[in-house]
Amino acid sequence: MKTNQTANFIGEPINRVDGVLKVTGQARYAAEHTSTMPQTPLVGFLVASTSAVGEISHLDTSQAEKAEGVQAVITHKNAGPLKAFGKPDDEGRFTQSRAVLSDTHIRHYGMPVALVIAQTLEQARYAGSLVEFNIDAQPAQLLHKANQASDVPESLDGGFEPDVETGDKPSTYSDGFAVDVQYTTPSQISAAMEPHATIAHFDGEKLTVYPSVQIIASAVQALATTLEMDAENIHVKSPFIGGGFGSKLGLHYDAILACIGARYLKRPVKIALSRRHVFYNSPHRGHSFQHMQLSCDNQGKFQSIAHHSAMPKAKGYPFAEATGAGARVTYSAEYIKSTHRVKNADTPLIDSTRSPGDAIGSLAFESAVDELANKANIDPLTFRLNNMPKVHPVNGNRFTSHKLESCLRRGAEVFGWQRKSSAQPGKVIGHGVASAMRMNVLVESSAEVSMDEKGKITVLTDMTDIGTGTYTILAQIAADTFNTSVDNITVNLGDSQSPASSGSGGSFGASSTGSAVLKACEAVKSKLLSLLPKNYQNAQLAVTEQGVCVRQSHADSPQDTPLASLVDSSVFPIRELGAVSEDDTSDDEQYSCGAHFVEVEVDTLTAEVRLKRQYGMFSAGKILNEKTAKSQIKGGMVWGAGYALTEAIHHHTDSASFINPDFGEYHIAVNRDIAEVAVDFIDLPDFEASPVGAKGIGELGITGAGAAIANAIFDATGVRVRDFPITVDKVLEGLSKKAS
Amino acid sequence: MSTLKGPTLKGPTLKGPTASSQPKDGPSPTCMSINGVSYALPNDPRTTLLDFLHQNLALFGTKKGCDHGQCGACTVLVEGERINACLVFAFQLRGKAITTIEGIAKNDELNPLQSAFVKRDAFQCGYCTSGQICSSVALQKELADKTPSAVTFSENYSAREDISERMSGNLCRCGAYPNIVDAIEDVIALEPQ
Ligand code: FES
Ligand code: FES
Repeated sequence: MKTNQTANFIGEPINRVDGVLKVTGQARYAAEHTSTMPQTPLVGFLVASTSAVGEISHLDTSQAEKAEGVQAVITHKNAGPLKAFGKPDDEGRFTQSRAVLSDTHIRHYGMPVALVIAQTLEQARYAGSLVEFNIDAQPAQLLHKANQASDVPESLDGGFEPDVETGDKPSTYSDGFAVDVQYTTPSQISAAMEPHATIAHFDGEKLTVYPSVQIIASAVQALATTLEMDAENIHVKSPFIGGGFGSKLGLHYDAILACIGARYLKRPVKIALSRRHVFYNSPHRGHSFQHMQLSCDNQGKFQSIAHHSAMPKAKGYPFAEATGAGARVTYSAEYIKSTHRVKNADTPLIDSTRSPGDAIGSLAFESAVDELANKANIDPLTFRLNNMPKVHPVNGNRFTSHKLESCLRRGAEVFGWQRKSSAQPGKVIGHGVASAMRMNVLVESSAEVSMDEKGKITVLTDMTDIGTGTYTILAQIAADTFNTSVDNITVNLGDSQSPASSGSGGSFGASSTGSAVLKACEAVKSKLLSLLPKNYQNAQLAVTEQGVCVRQSHADSPQDTPLASLVDSSVFPIRELGAVSEDDTSDDEQYSCGAHFVEVEVDTLTAEVRLKRQYGMFSAGKILNEKTAKSQIKGGMVWGAGYALTEAIHHHTDSASFINPDFGEYHIAVNRDIAEVAVDFIDLPDFEASPVGAKGIGELGITGAGAAIANAIFDATGVRVRDFPITVDKVLEGLSKKAS
Repeated sequence: MSTLKGPTLKGPTLKGPTASSQPKDGPSPTCMSINGVSYALPNDPRTTLLDFLHQNLALFGTKKGCDHGQCGACTVLVEGERINACLVFAFQLRGKAITTIEGIAKNDELNPLQSAFVKRDAFQCGYCTSGQICSSVALQKELADKTPSAVTFSENYSAREDISERMSGNLCRCGAYPNIVDAIEDVIALEPQ
């Protein structure tokens, strides 16, 4: 633990401060806050639509109401006042109404038709089966082919322009090489291990809600809008969240239904979505068609990069992802064009799923780049290094820092690029590489830090910890400022009564809220130092076993003077607010960078692909905790493996339902799918990005991770699969084609 | 299970913890023992062990990720063997001794696996962690008993692959798998061979 004057607590790979709570089962997630309620919560179970779009024409709840234990069956007839879904139009999507059971209209398959509330889950679930309903269904509109997507999206996630074009289009590829290919990626879902769940309770006008949500402040506003309430009367708490990955940025039907139920019955109501309900009642990522026309000269310099994306967009919901973002920024080229088109579809919500845009954009783009390198007969690593941009390739702006080249070079070195282990009989080994570029943003955020006279420090912010390690890094930032151990720091998160923060999402949480906490700590520190006599002005503060001390450096030994002997104890507690806004971040281009390297082994008879090693070198500014940062990046790489090899939602096109809405059939990577995963950082602060010097890492690990696997499979087998995921059947087909 | 009853919708089912006061060794025939405390079986035959822990006992350490035996979040130990608590009805466990994550640490001292999970950062959100830890406790016994896994009969498999295979019933969407295997390896290395 730090006792010396050179505070370097930020960055150290300390264990998570909430680790013991999590390994002993004591961390409390949304549906588990039953004992804080005045009465045992009643349990709600939703009855889901079996059609994708239409009007409820018949609804009979009488049998369900008579069932044992049932307290209420709520439908659009008795749900109480609700603002229409998606209103008001001028609000952002996380603060708009999320109404459900508000009218007879069904927007998608699996949407709630009724809510049964009983004393127990068993009773509610059984009674749910007694609700009779009929829906006058219309045919559902889905996106089947790329050319059906013809709408220009009003906005793209991340604030990207739907279309960009720069440079002169080369008229001929005669003196070089070109690829003209279409890649497809399937619908995917976050599938956080904790299903969306909420407990809600009304005490008179006052509403207390425990949802599982990544951003608290907008959740309060969404509830106020939806339930037509005053936001002042709403208290939201979410101290532990069992994974988010974008699926819990906003509130979903579990939260609204729990509130509707609690309002109706004046009793606490708990709703935990079943896994199947999660597939339909939380967002997923739409499938994509990505058409790429890439060309280079015979030296392997990019001439043109053209990327066209076609995806579905959920009807009535303003979200579209920027799959072309990577094509715009990763490599320099004479000509770059990137366009996005969508089709409004009758699907469950389509919204952010980890690393919107880049997760699937990189799958396709970094695979196509490999195809071009292969055509030009240039090593794919060399090809990438040949095309490093000095400035943003589209707008010519400078990068605050750009370490892609270093990541590729150093990463290749550590990984042992193209130094393959020898293959077992009947197997082939391949290496793959891919670049990762993920935009970085700083989001408005605030935090309060207080210190009492014993030197106990408390951090208050409505920031969340969705597994990212926020509790730990915020404690480290405070410990660093006050030369003390994280044991002296209490971090209080996920409570709407604390100052509003960025929340968790878009990789902005740590840098934004971390910077706000840093500023609040510094404010407390300067307040204390300002109370000291003149000759102490250059001193440091330190919180030791003796309490708060003023630390002066004399020769080489620090000398601590108890603060109590210098200032009156009545000044405590000292409480200061810290905040960051766009003024704290540069207008120049901000990106986190990375390079992925993969070794796969493919069985030449069965076409089974096994990962041997995944390695990544990343640059994301200052790393706030090396241990938790590596875990987060590794997690992203594990997602990359799922995206490359196993994950896909299959659509039933007639009913617009999902064929595989559960873990039995939607295959996220399991332990044995993954082998060695290793990560290193180029750990350099980027103070232009944020006051704490950090940039985003949450989405960086997945960006490019899957493409490196696809490229390794090609390297091993010569088989290029352009339809993700690369399942055994597709590799096998490729192998047999090559053999014949 | 000689006294299985057909489903009935009768009877109160919402009760607080009903620790029986009888000071004896094993659980009584109408009880099961959870972490050494005896509890009366629930009245509702539809109640799974997982829902019993949550609804009747307010023991929330065991998690529900799917309720269908597909994720392992609800893994607990029954007589030292791992099972999915969502796949067994509470009444089937009459007379059985169950250990949940709340019973893995002894006298406030973490099980070495729990410490290793913290040290190796073998979790992020923590939602799968109770199940992972219960699974790895059972895994140690399986290794000691030489219970085969799916890789046991393949050539040249490593101890790491064996652990990984045995832990594949426990999904982790945070992707902590490599760190989970590290943690388990650490603890196995400490054990007298
Ligand atoms: S909750 Fe039991 S296996 Fe998923
Ligand atoms: S730690 Fe989050 S699911 Fe495993």
